[in-house]
Amino acid sequence: MHTTKRCALALAVSALAMGAGSAMAETDSLTIVSWGGAYSDSQNRAYDEPFEEKTGIEIIHEDKAAQGLAGIRSQVEAGNVSWDLVDMLQSEAQRACDEGLVMEIPHDEWLATAPDGTPASQDFIDGTLGDCFVPQILYATMFAYNDEAFPGDKPQTIADVWDTETFPGTRALQNIPQKNLEWALIADGVPTDQVYDVLATKEGQDRAFAKLDELRDNIIWWSEGAQPPQMLADEEAVIATAYNGRIFNAQVNEDQPFTIMWDGQMFEVDGWVVPVDNDADIEAIKEYLNFATDSQRLADQAKYIAYAPARSSSVPLVSTHADTGVDMKPHMPTSPENFQNAVQFDPAFWADYGDSLEERFSAWLAQ
Amino acid sequence: MTDATMDRPAAKASDDGELTTADGTPLAVSLRRSHAQARRRAFYLVLPLLAFLVITFLVPIATMMTRSVQNYEVADYLPTTTAAIADWDGTGLPDEAVYAAMAEDMVVGSENRTIGRVAARINREIPGVRSQMMGTARDIDEMSPPWKEALIAEDEGWANEEFWRLVKRETRTLTPIYYLLSFDFEYNSHGEIVERPEEYQVYRLMFLRTAWMSLLITTLCIVLGYPVAYMLANLPLRYSNLLMILVLLPFWTSLLVRTSAWIVLLQQQGVVNDMLVWAGVIADDGRFRMIYNQIGTIVAMTHILLPFMILPLYSVMKTIPKSYMRAARSMGASPLRSFVSVYMPLTVPGLAAGVLLVFILAIGYYITPALVGGDTGIFISNLIARAMQGSTAELKLALALSTILLVAVLIFYWLFNKLVGVDRLKFG
Amino acid sequence: MLTIEIPGGNQSAYGMSESDHVGASVAFDGVQKSYDGKTLVVRDLNLEIEPGEFVTMLGPSGSGKTTVLMMLAGFEPVTHGEIRLDGNPINALPPEKRGIGMVFQNYALFPHMTVEENLAFPLKVRRMSRGDIAKRVKRALKMVEMPEFGSRRPGQLSGGQQQRVAVARALVFEPNLVLMDEPLGALDKQLREQMQYEIKHIHDNLGVTVVYVTHDQTEALTMSDRVAVFKDGIIQQLSTPSDLYEHPQNSFVAQFIGENNKLSGKVSEVTNGQCRVDIDGGGSVTAAAINVEGKGARTTLSLRPERVELNPADDCPNVLDGKIDEMIYLGDHIRIRLTVADNDEFIVKVPNKTGSLDLKAGAATRVGWRTDDCRALDPVDQA
Repeated sequence: MHTTKRCALALAVSALAMGAGSAMAETDSLTIVSWGGAYSDSQNRAYDEPFEEKTGIEIIHEDKAAQGLAGIRSQVEAGNVSWDLVDMLQSEAQRACDEGLVMEIPHDEWLATAPDGTPASQDFIDGTLGDCFVPQILYATMFAYNDEAFPGDKPQTIADVWDTETFPGTRALQNIPQKNLEWALIADGVPTDQVYDVLATKEGQDRAFAKLDELRDNIIWWSEGAQPPQMLADEEAVIATAYNGRIFNAQVNEDQPFTIMWDGQMFEVDGWVVPVDNDADIEAIKEYLNFATDSQRLADQAKYIAYAPARSSSVPLVSTHADTGVDMKPHMPTSPENFQNAVQFDPAFWADYGDSLEERFSAWLAQ
Repeated sequence: MTDATMDRPAAKASDDGELTTADGTPLAVSLRRSHAQARRRAFYLVLPLLAFLVITFLVPIATMMTRSVQNYEVADYLPTTTAAIADWDGTGLPDEAVYAAMAEDMVVGSENRTIGRVAARINREIPGVRSQMMGTARDIDEMSPPWKEALIAEDEGWANEEFWRLVKRETRTLTPIYYLLSFDFEYNSHGEIVERPEEYQVYRLMFLRTAWMSLLITTLCIVLGYPVAYMLANLPLRYSNLLMILVLLPFWTSLLVRTSAWIVLLQQQGVVNDMLVWAGVIADDGRFRMIYNQIGTIVAMTHILLPFMILPLYSVMKTIPKSYMRAARSMGASPLRSFVSVYMPLTVPGLAAGVLLVFILAIGYYITPALVGGDTGIFISNLIARAMQGSTAELKLALALSTILLVAVLIFYWLFNKLVGVDRLKFG
Repeated sequence: MLTIEIPGGNQSAYGMSESDHVGASVAFDGVQKSYDGKTLVVRDLNLEIEPGEFVTMLGPSGSGKTTVLMMLAGFEPVTHGEIRLDGNPINALPPEKRGIGMVFQNYALFPHMTVEENLAFPLKVRRMSRGDIAKRVKRALKMVEMPEFGSRRPGQLSGGQQQRVAVARALVFEPNLVLMDEPLGALDKQLREQMQYEIKHIHDNLGVTVVYVTHDQTEALTMSDRVAVFKDGIIQQLSTPSDLYEHPQNSFVAQFIGENNKLSGKVSEVTNGQCRVDIDGGGSVTAAAINVEGKGARTTLSLRPERVELNPADDCPNVLDGKIDEMIYLGDHIRIRLTVADNDEFIVKVPNKTGSLDLKAGAATRVGWRTDDCRALDPVDQA
């Protein structure tokens, strides 16, 4: 283990020494940037290790996805791109693609077809493929609550979150405008399919902030994904927005009395982009993408983490949690009962309005 | 002291009164020559460090400052439009020539995949333009002249006068816009500088908040650190060693651990609140909110920065002999008076160094406010960090904010130097 | 105003004696001091100091002299016993209420204040008017011959100048008692000697009581009215300087003050305050019986080098044989080291007279002295 790591390092160094210009016929390693933690573990077990075994190409991991866009931008500007594949949120991938920082990907040419022969472009869930983006998983951000805080009625809807009379207690929300503004509008009665149309208008934005204002005194803000389950466990908050995988982990691995409120869940996909001018062999990247996003591999990933595969053909292949044996299907954001009132997060909207809404949100938050 | 100079052997004076050495070289020249060699040698010794500083410090800062005013997107990625729009007077919609130029730039831009960069830039000012330009660029191959009609038919955003005025304005390659934004000003659609709408004003508030909270933290560090440093400097060695370890302990634990410890202590279901409830000071439903707000930031940062106050104070106090205070008291001064008029002035170099360290560290602090600051307890650096993750335009705003922060620190340093004299400081 | 002559020819005016202020009297009554509760640093101090007296506490380091001074100043609490100032107990009085001037070992001039501000400090504390303060500061600076240094900072002064300022500061508020804790220790020899005279003269002029601590016996002998020699927390002897030198009461004092020849022996006879002593290295002499227990007891004889005669006249009562080991020429006198009665550190000082230089190392000689000049004291263990 140790020696292979050192070899990899030596290889990386010599690769650097040879310079980015020398196109290598045989790539024997790929540098992959992801989120680290449980998420990278799931990728590792579901497809990185099988891929290494199958091809002999070594995967070098860097856990820097949180600075993914900024990192690619600076590498491309510096003309020295060492990242070969980067795991990114769809909205960021959109920005990177717009700015020409990542390669356009011909989906049907590069990606595997479904077992029944459906081409890739039709197998991925609608609206999740991007020009430069191949989704892997679909995850949800939604409200969850601590059962013990509500011995009687449980909150059922987004509107209940705003009902501090019936459901008193602190709410923990993420300190970003994304999703919070959407939920504010939903709580104010905007139908889920019109949320983004309303939010694109000045009146709609005023309305969303006014609705958030109502809840302001009952909110504490989180910034890292690990915080909301902790806040629920400590009873610092009775209801919190969180990533569904984190809550699943608390429920199953830590036995916490948390319940996910699937109403108004906002789902978003996470997937791969390929930085332009990277120093790896394009064939190796193609091979990796083809392998890592095929139906079986994506279904396998759900054994290790409660995020849903982004391919329709993977859904029936999802089995049980590798460590606890829990059936993963009911924990998937995409399972029919959970998906009823789901809202798809709109990366294009946020690419258009993000700058301005983020500033307004910061200003609102600072008051 | 005064007579000593007269005793030195005098150099020979030449006829015109200039001093020379034995061989007739002017003394000043000879002196300079002998010093120059020593200086050159010293310079070679510091050269590696100098190079390191230039590469890792000065160059990035200079880059940061240049990029915060650079505005090449429109000029570089819409070159034809830039040329064509120069003749437009800014009223009504531009004529067909400008639209045609735009179409031409879009063809090239979508080929080179650079159109997104200019789209993002203009989108910073008019939300929605990104979609308009990207959508049009995608379809540009299937469109045909006359371009004005074709573009407007594709997206009515092309019929927005404000958009065109903005394009014309942003053809300049240098812009103060990010600095204007940093002070909550912006251009209106006629190119005049105006204050931003109230719901967008945040940066002035955050700069001021960062300054006063840093000041408060510095003050708390003085109030808490001074007695500790005094004890450290005056206790017998075996006790002071133990105390010193307690002071240094925070340095040996990770910042995140320390910050998390404060969360455990201060949160509503935390140790402090539990104890207050248990002691009957507050009711169970009246628990204080001491974290995820300004209190949390102030408490945690005071704790984290305290050693930076204590150590310079301690190093100065240790050099103050006991006899000063004794002398003052033997002359009739009360213990308090001796302390205030004799001891405290002697600690000024350490105090000033502590203040400088703590304040400058505090003003740029990031991680602790991010974790415990909640909404009102965050600093300007947290907004900078957030902006750095955003679009290129946001990145430039972050650079402008950072530059302002840097200048503010330099101004503080300059003022401080005027007041105290940095050459008098003792850091330990 | 009084003017006096200072050695070296400087005319100086001392201006502090206008008010008729008299020195304070000090009394230590059974004073004991312990820091750790196990050992006594000061063992049973009984000492009366007259008003206007200059008393020096002399002793090696660790002898308890500085502790005594600090108790008197009020910086160390007294473990047992009583200290009185002008008859009033001051044990419970904090230092600032005692009105005692003090000069510290390293002067303790406040580095952030000018010389003038340093001098004004005790006056300001006493809420004097600005005019009075200026007048007194000026006078005090004149007293130490530094009128033009008022606006300097201590860091800009030489050691000797700092010393003068420190003395001026301890006196500027006209205390009746001034304590000095090895004030000249940091100065070079020449400056130290000059300052000794100056301090002594200031004392003579002002009539203030001075308690002075030093480990330098020359300093003690030069300046003091009386000297208390300390060892192990006990005063070994309290006498005038001449008495201390001429009539040491025990071997420690004899050895500590001035140069001293030691000869060990056994008392064979005691009569009329004199005793006969058989020297260990052979021979027997008569000595003044100062500190001997009686016949048969061991004793150490003390003999000043300048009181020994080489090749004495025949009527000399005490004569021993010796051999010259070494001669050291010192200009005005010659120092001769001999072996006498197996003691090879026997020193004789001979004035540089005609014929003195004829003596040669290696020559045999005889040494002799008057009976009164040889004092039989308590025995010292020969290492």
